[in-house]
Amino acid sequence: MTAAIVGVGATEFSRQAGRTELQLACEAIRDALADAGMKAADVDGIVSYTVDPVEETELVRSVGFQEVGFSSRVPYGGGGSMGTLLHAAAGITSGAADVVVVYRAIRARSGSSRFGAPKTSPSPTSGHSGTTAMQWCMPYGVLTPASWMALNATRYMHAYGVTSADFGRAVVQLRAYAETNPAAWGYKRPMTLEDHQSSRWIAEPCIRLLDCCQETDGSVALVITSHQRAADLPARPVVIGAAATAGLFEQEIASDHYRPDLAVMDGSVALGRRLFDRSGFRRDELDAAMIYDAFSPILLMQIEALGFCGRGEAKDFVADGNLALDGSLPTNTNGGLIGEGYIHGLNLVLEAVRQLRGTAVNQVADARQVLVTASRTGAILTRD
Amino acid sequence: MTDDSAVFWDAAAEHRLVAQRCTACGSLRHPPRPMCPHCHSLDAEAMELSGRGTLYSYAVLHHPQHPAFEYPVLAALVDLDEGVRLVSNVVEVDPADIAIGMRLEVTFVPTAGDRAVPVFSPAG
Repeated sequence: MTAAIVGVGATEFSRQAGRTELQLACEAIRDALADAGMKAADVDGIVSYTVDPVEETELVRSVGFQEVGFSSRVPYGGGGSMGTLLHAAAGITSGAADVVVVYRAIRARSGSSRFGAPKTSPSPTSGHSGTTAMQWCMPYGVLTPASWMALNATRYMHAYGVTSADFGRAVVQLRAYAETNPAAWGYKRPMTLEDHQSSRWIAEPCIRLLDCCQETDGSVALVITSHQRAADLPARPVVIGAAATAGLFEQEIASDHYRPDLAVMDGSVALGRRLFDRSGFRRDELDAAMIYDAFSPILLMQIEALGFCGRGEAKDFVADGNLALDGSLPTNTNGGLIGEGYIHGLNLVLEAVRQLRGTAVNQVADARQVLVTASRTGAILTRD
Repeated sequence: MTDDSAVFWDAAAEHRLVAQRCTACGSLRHPPRPMCPHCHSLDAEAMELSGRGTLYSYAVLHHPQHPAFEYPVLAALVDLDEGVRLVSNVVEVDPADIAIGMRLEVTFVPTAGDRAVPVFSPAG
């Protein structure tokens, strides 16, 4: 049995939603159910991932779910976003649930926990807003995801001779996609490499302001059921062809500093092995890829860790135009998290679904297989 | 600070840099944790470290700015000679002179409430 995405929903992406994360999640789920031709009472599974303030029980009473037979939260925060597909599929193929809703709601711009603002108190649990791992960074003024990831990115630059302009070339491509996407923050906002190189330093030498994803308010939701049941529903199903997660020893959510070689995103290496080796899907047969770009350096690092090119070669892979629509791996065709908005990764799944339904703004011709990945979690989605 | 991490911060308040060593198998670990991931012993001791290490990576933090710190903040990852890695700051160095691989030694900076944090300056 396989599982398929049969409905998607999203709120607008903004800097001031003017309503709570719970309400945002409700709206996205309501729209995803309508897209799927289903009702709340049809749903018996709920899946999300950590660092989300929306409690499942609050959602149940607001949306009107009646009986939840399966639920799960993937660890790793945003890095867990694509693990929701594995967890939802597992819930369905095990028989524990017939219909699973996946959701993410975030107020990263207007809420109490701005990712672009300094975080100065560690939380006792990892469920909602962070982890006790923060205590190892905070006393030193290392307070934001940009600062945590910069420590890894500088090592990457040092190991392979990667420059800020190399990151800039990837951002130019993302912003070109965003420029034509009405849902994107970057819509009708062109950006050149010169603009990128003159944008101010956030964390030198690797992260400038224009290397950062947006802080966004919004929500995305998916409805997933068995491929068999999908045949009776209105939307064209998007099949979860393969799914995997790979959380490694000594990793943390975003302050991931203790693995032996930080110039390689080894969570992505392990994920790639699980995803491709076990499934039989081939990297060179993908039509597009949606890769978690919270910051441009990690986009390059994931491209090579996943095996699309050799170590240290992502800068050349990008410079050669491979991420463009006519390239070998059209990537983040919505503009990415950097160009469109940051719903903690889940808006990249939305774009993959649109590509496979043939409804994307920057449509890849005849898209049949799309990778979605966020460092240590991922899936390969296919057209029905 | 949590109960599991007090061993590190209590030593830092006394200007000592320590890492947990498993008393059963001798392996060193950081950050501290209640159980040895290699042999599952629950017994550990605080091993005092030399304070010497090498700069593994760094970032010069410009934005956003928090009132408790002076900018730019020189963030660092330090590989200590004993084989564990810490997040910290490099101090007493111009950002232009920071180089991965440079040798460092620990020094302690006082913080609120009679506590202190270990930071690293270029080795003499």
